[in-house]
Amino acid sequence: MTEKIGVYVCHCGTNIAGTVDVAEVRDWAEKRLKGRGVVVARDYKFMCSSLGQELIEKDIKENELTRVVVAACSPHLHEQTFRTACKRGGLNPYLCELVSIREQVSWVHTDQEAATDKAKAVLSGGVERVQHHEPLEPLRVPIHPATLVVGGGIAGIQTALEIADAGKHVYLVERDPSIGGHMAQFDKTFPTLDCSACILTPKMVSAGTHPNITLLTWSEVEKVDGYVGNFVVTIRKKARCVNTELCTGCGICQEKCPKKVIDEIYEAGLGYRKAVYTPFPQAVPKYPVIDKPNCTYFLKGTCKACEKFCPTSAIDFNQEDELITVEVGNIVLATGYDLFDPRRIPHYGYGRLANVFTSLEFERLTNAAGPTNGSIVLRDGKTTPKAVGIVHCVGSRDRNYNNYCSAICCMQSLKFAHLVKERTGATVYNFYIDMRTAAKAYDEFYQRVLEEGTLFVRGRVAEVTDAARLPSEEGKLIIQVEDTLAGKQRRIPVDMVILSAGLQPRFDAKATAKLFGISCSADSWFIEKHPKLDPVATMTEGVFIAGCCAGPKDIPNSVAQGAAAAARVLAHIDEGEIMLEPVRATVIAEKCSGCRICNNLCPFNAILFHEDRMVSEVNAALCQGCGTCVAACPAGAITGTGFSNEQILSQIEGLLMLNIANGRRPVEIAEAVMA
Amino acid sequence: MSAKPKFAMYWAASCGGCEIAVLNIHEKILDVDANFDVVFWPVAMDAKYKDVAAMPDDSITLTLFNGGIRNDENEEIAHLLRRKSKILVAFGSCACEGCIPGLANFSPVDEIIDTAFHTVTTDKGSEVRLQTRYPAREGEIRLPTLYPTLRTLDQVAKVDYYMPGCPPESHQIAAVIDLVIAALNGKATLPPAGSVIGVGGSTVCDDCPRARNVKTIKAFKRIQDVRLDPTLCLLEQGIPCNGPATRQGCGALCPKAGAQCIGCYGPAEGVLDYGARLISSFASVIDSNTPDEIERILDGIPDPAGQFYRFSLPGSLLRAGKSARAK
Repeated sequence: MTEKIGVYVCHCGTNIAGTVDVAEVRDWAEKRLKGRGVVVARDYKFMCSSLGQELIEKDIKENELTRVVVAACSPHLHEQTFRTACKRGGLNPYLCELVSIREQVSWVHTDQEAATDKAKAVLSGGVERVQHHEPLEPLRVPIHPATLVVGGGIAGIQTALEIADAGKHVYLVERDPSIGGHMAQFDKTFPTLDCSACILTPKMVSAGTHPNITLLTWSEVEKVDGYVGNFVVTIRKKARCVNTELCTGCGICQEKCPKKVIDEIYEAGLGYRKAVYTPFPQAVPKYPVIDKPNCTYFLKGTCKACEKFCPTSAIDFNQEDELITVEVGNIVLATGYDLFDPRRIPHYGYGRLANVFTSLEFERLTNAAGPTNGSIVLRDGKTTPKAVGIVHCVGSRDRNYNNYCSAICCMQSLKFAHLVKERTGATVYNFYIDMRTAAKAYDEFYQRVLEEGTLFVRGRVAEVTDAARLPSEEGKLIIQVEDTLAGKQRRIPVDMVILSAGLQPRFDAKATAKLFGISCSADSWFIEKHPKLDPVATMTEGVFIAGCCAGPKDIPNSVAQGAAAAARVLAHIDEGEIMLEPVRATVIAEKCSGCRICNNLCPFNAILFHEDRMVSEVNAALCQGCGTCVAACPAGAITGTGFSNEQILSQIEGLLMLNIANGRRPVEIAEAVMA
Repeated sequence: MSAKPKFAMYWAASCGGCEIAVLNIHEKILDVDANFDVVFWPVAMDAKYKDVAAMPDDSITLTLFNGGIRNDENEEIAHLLRRKSKILVAFGSCACEGCIPGLANFSPVDEIIDTAFHTVTTDKGSEVRLQTRYPAREGEIRLPTLYPTLRTLDQVAKVDYYMPGCPPESHQIAAVIDLVIAALNGKATLPPAGSVIGVGGSTVCDDCPRARNVKTIKAFKRIQDVRLDPTLCLLEQGIPCNGPATRQGCGALCPKAGAQCIGCYGPAEGVLDYGARLISSFASVIDSNTPDEIERILDGIPDPAGQFYRFSLPGSLLRAGKSARAK
């Protein structure tokens, strides 16, 4: 053995030491792995502490270590810590190997003897592997100072404004005609009940007029090339059929357009818009779009009322989609959510029973700018309800639909209860499973609604029906529910039912994730790099996520995430260049016969095929080191830095070394830990 | 006895094709004769094992050993020739990787013997069985005993060079013989011990003239079931061609003739397990994300062992049959 290896076994308090005999592992490594190059072995309470790190630094200097193996937690957590410690000690950081005896050993086993043996095996694998490590240098790539923000809801607006205010350019892309997102549809926001539009529209206007923001509404991202620091993004600007250079946003075209269309998006199907429209009066930008599939001119070839009346001749029926490409260094996705479709729960009657409303419909009903000018009335448009039932957790916390809690529905339902009470004086029932009001001033709001006299029934609603059993139920909607506090079935007649529908990932979230090279959970929410410690980054460098696209959130959290993502982006831009992990795949050109099996496998589009030489090549800056191509190459012509055959096979040999302890063979240890 | 370097060739568990391939180098065989003293070559000349045993150790300069180690005789001669030879070459796929005889590693020995003596192709129901010992009047006659599995040459003896192919191509054999002669005359140096010789540096695809594109496979097809485009990569047409994973050396004979490569030249340099490599490659280009459809596509490969391990089973990481049902 030419390498001098230092081994450090961490107790992690009792996290590891509670199950693994750490001292025994250390003793064993010192004695039994001496022949494998181990010159020093230590155990320490918390290796990640500064004192623990100093142990390593000191040993590198004093014992002239050439390799370091730390047996502690998962590399996800502390690989960087120990690499940095090695660097401070004067050793190339990539000559350090972190083996997990916490996540892979102590946390998953209970038999102390077997777990100790397994820790030895894992450590032995690390010692064998580290011999084949090579000193590496991180890759440095320059960062383009512009940023792409996808999604113009509150999270995206916040991100764009934060970055733009810092003096950096932002392209804000929104697929609807206006920015604003779901927040623009709400009337009041919980728990303060301030007017949603009043707090949102100033931000929208700022985003629309900011010199550092290029606003691209009615646009969608088509293609993303490149990598962190140097993305090239192709954006489709859909034809508005309105020349924005000439349009003044006067609204005459909307007034004169003879075609009324049910507004399924902004008015949630409760109101009409025209075939040329802005979704709402405060829309940003102010320019309308022509809804081609509904426009009489596009359907029949005549009409052109908008064109005739437009004072600035801004209508252009011949406008076509335009593809533009922009260069950006970072991307923030704030693509939001879709509302759960309550039609999927047929026994709640939405779509069948007229006076069953979704939460978004109710938002429009209460909105002063909505179809009823803010009066809460039944579907007939005039009757004020005398009793209203609000059903929580519709499509959420339900194994038939979505297992997760949608986070906002409790507060939203309380807000609805308050608004109904305030505006109609009706009797209000809230049907909840558990009341979740865990944020600043949320529970106080709950208390307030309780005091206002809203009635709370704890239990999941079984059915909403119009089939009366008693004369008092005639003409009413009856809510059948098990009142789990009273311990009995109840039938509660009401005039109106509001279904507090849960939040779902966007219908096209998976495609979006693929487009930007990030991952989705099984539910289709975007996955953050670390759920606690890195909530706005993704596993793809330079692509960040904010707001509901990563999971249900309320407005304060979405705004916080938008700002957090902006801070991350600004830090990147400020650095000027970014260091990338040198774990990369490389094609050995002499061994590559150009079979092209790897060519379309790369999730980061890092593989390039040279027709002239008939070889494939990996672009090191694009490559994220995932190893897909390495595994796929039939000729073994692609190697992954840090994951060479030698490294992996010697690690396996280390794991399988016989007589690891007490003469037990690996298979016996495996059987013991599985038992 | 001449002072010429000595040459030997031996066949263990093999078909004899390797010997034919050597003879197929045509007039080059005269160079062999001119430069070497052929001391032992059972298929070509009469010789006794005891004559070999009587030679001094390391006295044979070059031994081409073909065939796998299937029985105790194979192993005994492997050890003997190892002792007597300076350069021992695992010659051909059987000696290198186990090849077709190695597929029998999927079955225990008694089953193999039953198949040979007791199926419709022989005398069904017959009680005739292979006996390894027979007491004749002149004394007991003994046949070699089959081992539970077939092993490759390097699983029983140290091998200096590997020369794959089923059989190795004659032009490659001629080139290797030229090289050895040149080296003996001090005009060339031999490659480092353990090298694979008589091969190219990449894979069969490098010699294949068919056009290649990005691969997406919706179905694996069998060659007799489709009308093939003669200019397009076979794998792209759904034919499970092993060319991408197979070492260069044959000149892409099969794909040029319109048949898929079946992998006789073994894995590319540095690949540990041919079958595993190929499985992950094929799996990578299957164009589907639904488990049912993937299952259906994979059903297009009816004999995975034959597809992926036809030549390499005993030498593979699987070492199949070694523990499987071995008594």
